[in-house]
Amino acid sequence: MAAAPPGSRPGAGVLAWATGAIAIFTLAPLALSVTAGLMANYAQGLRAGLTTRWLGEVWALYGSTVALSLALALGCVAIALLVGVPCGYALARSRSRAARAFEELLTLPVAVPGLATALALILAYGQWRAFRQSPWFILAGHVVFTLPFMVRTVGAAFRREDLVALDEAARTLGAGFVRRFVGVLVPAVAPSIVAGCLMVFTLSIGEFNLTWMLHTPLTRTLPVGLADSYASMRLEIGSAYTLIFLLVIAPVLWAMQAAAHWMENRDALTRPGH
Amino acid sequence: MNAALAACAAPAAALFGAFWLLPMAELALLPASKGWDTYFVVLTQPRYLASLLQTTALSAAVTLVSLALAAAVGLHLGRHRFTGRRLLLALLTLPLSFPGVIVGFLVILVGGRQGSFADLTDALGAGRITFAYGLTGLFLAYVYFSLPRAIASFTAVVERLEPDLEEAARTLGASGARIARDVWWPALQPTALAAGAILFATAMGAFGTAFTLASRFEVLPITIYNEFTNYANFALAASLSLALGLLTWAVLLLAQRLGGGVAGAAA
Repeated sequence: MAAAPPGSRPGAGVLAWATGAIAIFTLAPLALSVTAGLMANYAQGLRAGLTTRWLGEVWALYGSTVALSLALALGCVAIALLVGVPCGYALARSRSRAARAFEELLTLPVAVPGLATALALILAYGQWRAFRQSPWFILAGHVVFTLPFMVRTVGAAFRREDLVALDEAARTLGAGFVRRFVGVLVPAVAPSIVAGCLMVFTLSIGEFNLTWMLHTPLTRTLPVGLADSYASMRLEIGSAYTLIFLLVIAPVLWAMQAAAHWMENRDALTRPGH
Repeated sequence: MNAALAACAAPAAALFGAFWLLPMAELALLPASKGWDTYFVVLTQPRYLASLLQTTALSAAVTLVSLALAAAVGLHLGRHRFTGRRLLLALLTLPLSFPGVIVGFLVILVGGRQGSFADLTDALGAGRITFAYGLTGLFLAYVYFSLPRAIASFTAVVERLEPDLEEAARTLGASGARIARDVWWPALQPTALAAGAILFATAMGAFGTAFTLASRFEVLPITIYNEFTNYANFALAASLSLALGLLTWAVLLLAQRLGGGVAGAAA
């Protein structure tokens, strides 16, 4: 508090201290986990030296979970692009009551706990053994959970007034629907589509609440493997596995930040009056 | 034009219908097979009622504490420009992408039997004290995954806040407490409501964290999971899921109506 420079706002010191304390609360356990994953022996601490042995063991034991999670996340992104983007457009342009009702309904899989959605899927499709035991079953759960995010993100972009005018202008000039959609509208909302894709990807790759119920021993995702390693392996293995999760999502999160920055700059440039 | 719009929405509607609406309808009808009373077990059976009340109390406390702390961080990060600020914000919001199991594991790493906290208390001569497996551990874990979302929301709002108002208030001699009440609170209140509803709903439905901590304090998602997996009590699990889903949905809807916008749906 005493360190607050003269002329600073009252209370600024408290806020700075709170920020510092929360940064430690958030980051210290993470740092601990990352180092524990690289330590030869967690109980003995750094004296025992560092190693990549645990990373290797995790890769041998759980490598397939990383591949499945990446495939599922990419599958969700593909469906969000093919199905979610057109749906976002339809909901943005339609004034019918059915469209409003559907929009409300689409928020439900996000509002309702994943556990409930998973139970419902198992009750409905559990007897279809081939489907139940395939990764497609998990994909179905991930899609209903992630699709609303894409629909909402692009829907908001399609509703922008300048885009409505652009759509209208292209139509007056005689451009057909497909040409307008693919040639004019989609490029205009590209940043939102990219942001939506990244969001869908991270949501799918970190999904556990649904996936734990939907998985089988042959369809284990990264978070399912994490839970398994936390329950049955030594702390070093759990930590090394956590580190692998961080390495997998880090590039995506970085891209998300970059995309948000890009959107801000682009909006600032194209918005009239700025 | 309308045919084209309908064609655009049809694939999404088909997926949503097949993999959410139909299964949910089946889930909603299932308790009826065991008698209508099954729908109300969460209220009539003391065990489930206790689980519901415990989970609600925990989620409400976590939401309030997280909002207060995140508002402080948001006010700081939203109004100051310093080197590394973007990086700090990125790191503080990093846990948003974590599955709940990781958060549970981090609490075990710090407060578990082999945890650093136990090492510390042992070195201080107090013996190995753990807090990971009880209410404290659960509370800290829930705050851990709630903070990032609230920090992101508050920082974004504060960044767009006009500094003039606060400057004017200060020039006129307003105290810090009055600025907080008359300038900050009105500006942050809509965000607090929208973010609070989402935090509450997320905490109510959180499963992975409590699952990893194998907590002595049983939250409703764990109760549901046990009924379903260990006791194959499908109708009961369905009834409890419905109660939980209705509650979280109602809270989000209420916040959205009170806030007068779609902000509440930005989960």
